[in-house]
Amino acid sequence: MIRIKKRWEIQESEVTPEPLYRRRREFMQAAGTIGGAMLLNPWVTAQAALQIGDYQRGVVTLDEELTEEEDATSYNNFYEFGTDKEDPKRNSKRFETDDWKIEVSGECEKPGTYDFEDLMKPFPIEERIYRLRCVEAWSMVIPWLGVPLGSILAGFQPTSKAKYVAFRTLYDPVRMPGQQRSVLNWPYREGLTIAEAMHPLTIMSVGMYGKTIPNQNGAPIRLVVPWKYGFKSIKSIVSIEFTETQPQTSWNMAAASEYGFYSNVNPEVDHPRWSQKRERRIGEIFKRDTLMFNGYAEEVAGLYDDLDLTVNF
Amino acid sequence: MWLKSAWSKPVVHLLCLLPFASLVWAGFNDGLGANPVEKLTHETGGWTLRFLLITLCLTPLRQWTGQASWIRFRRMLGLYTFFYVSCHFMIWFVADHSLDPGSMVEDIVKRPYITLGFSAFLLMVPLAITSNQAMIRRLGRKWKTLHRLVYLVILLGVLHFLWLVKADYLEPVIYAIIAMILLAHRLGPIKRLGARSSPVTR
Repeated sequence: MIRIKKRWEIQESEVTPEPLYRRRREFMQAAGTIGGAMLLNPWVTAQAALQIGDYQRGVVTLDEELTEEEDATSYNNFYEFGTDKEDPKRNSKRFETDDWKIEVSGECEKPGTYDFEDLMKPFPIEERIYRLRCVEAWSMVIPWLGVPLGSILAGFQPTSKAKYVAFRTLYDPVRMPGQQRSVLNWPYREGLTIAEAMHPLTIMSVGMYGKTIPNQNGAPIRLVVPWKYGFKSIKSIVSIEFTETQPQTSWNMAAASEYGFYSNVNPEVDHPRWSQKRERRIGEIFKRDTLMFNGYAEEVAGLYDDLDLTVNF
Repeated sequence: MWLKSAWSKPVVHLLCLLPFASLVWAGFNDGLGANPVEKLTHETGGWTLRFLLITLCLTPLRQWTGQASWIRFRRMLGLYTFFYVSCHFMIWFVADHSLDPGSMVEDIVKRPYITLGFSAFLLMVPLAITSNQAMIRRLGRKWKTLHRLVYLVILLGVLHFLWLVKADYLEPVIYAIIAMILLAHRLGPIKRLGARSSPVTR
């Protein structure tokens, strides 16, 4: 069902030797007239700083129908831009992601503040079609564009003390108006074990549907961990910290009995208030059965051999 | 006074059907978003609570304005509440449980917020059935006692909403506050009964 191409399966022609990035500044110079129009009309905004050039197609594929792009980009949980599903698209139109920096800290040899494009640059962008299962019991199939998180993290040379990786979303209540209400304890925090973070299925995504990732989906850079509930895949990341102890995560802080640190998709462990046995695939009326680890059990079950998943949910 | 005019009832009927019509229209025009089932469930649930609160406003309105005519709309608003809750229930039964009673019962037993919502729906059934003139006459004094169940229904309905929310409690809390005010208003006359007979409520 899931097909991860081995390195030797990838055709030479599919590999882009140097991914084609263009910085927005240069892009804007080339498109001065568009820039002028933007000054006159603030609603015309450039999407994100990163322009997606070539990418490796179908590095991970799935024999399931893709969710409509319109649905995946208009039905979002991104409380930084409002709690209704339609809010993020509406309220993130003017969100600027220029000069996006990521602060890397904690147990690693190369901490520092990095330009996110510089972090992505060394690696070819891959298209990976993943299921996305929300804790609210709906799901999608999304063609992400991104880079394995492990490749990026290796560059910071985590030390032997790095047992976990903690992520944070931007905190800026002016640019992210949803943060003006304390619906969650801002900034949004998420975390993975180092093994989960280094797993080949875990990616940092900068695009979807062949394009730069829209603001409402977590521009300019977000995590995608396909075997965990969607809220683990933190958006608009500004901080990566290697830690020795398990980091705090936002939904766990909000309701520890309902959202565990692991939050692996598991039809056998219900949310205290609703069932996780079935899910509604966006675009369908009736529900379908939820798969263990969201269908990625073969790839990831080994990570949890020593864990009781009913306790470590 | 427009409350008493022959036009007022048809106008209120149209207003009550407006949410339903807009949902149907949206349904046929791709206006329900990416998850139409969820949208319809939330909208019909929301309108049930709003109609219930409006229905419960009529008695206080009669007292505050001195206009007895508000009560003309109580039965129809109550029945529209029942109409929206029936839609809410059917969407859940059909789309979430594929018309499988076993699956539905499991959900009702296992999930407290569903238990509350379903109980509220069940309690509304006798209220709807006994809303016609013949039943009012037949039940006599018992009718009023029976229809006090509506106070329990609004409590269950608001709790049902509060209990299913993930983090943003604003809307259910607003409904809860309005419900508390409306219920407290009804406690007032009961407390005062011993002191003196209330001129308006009986």
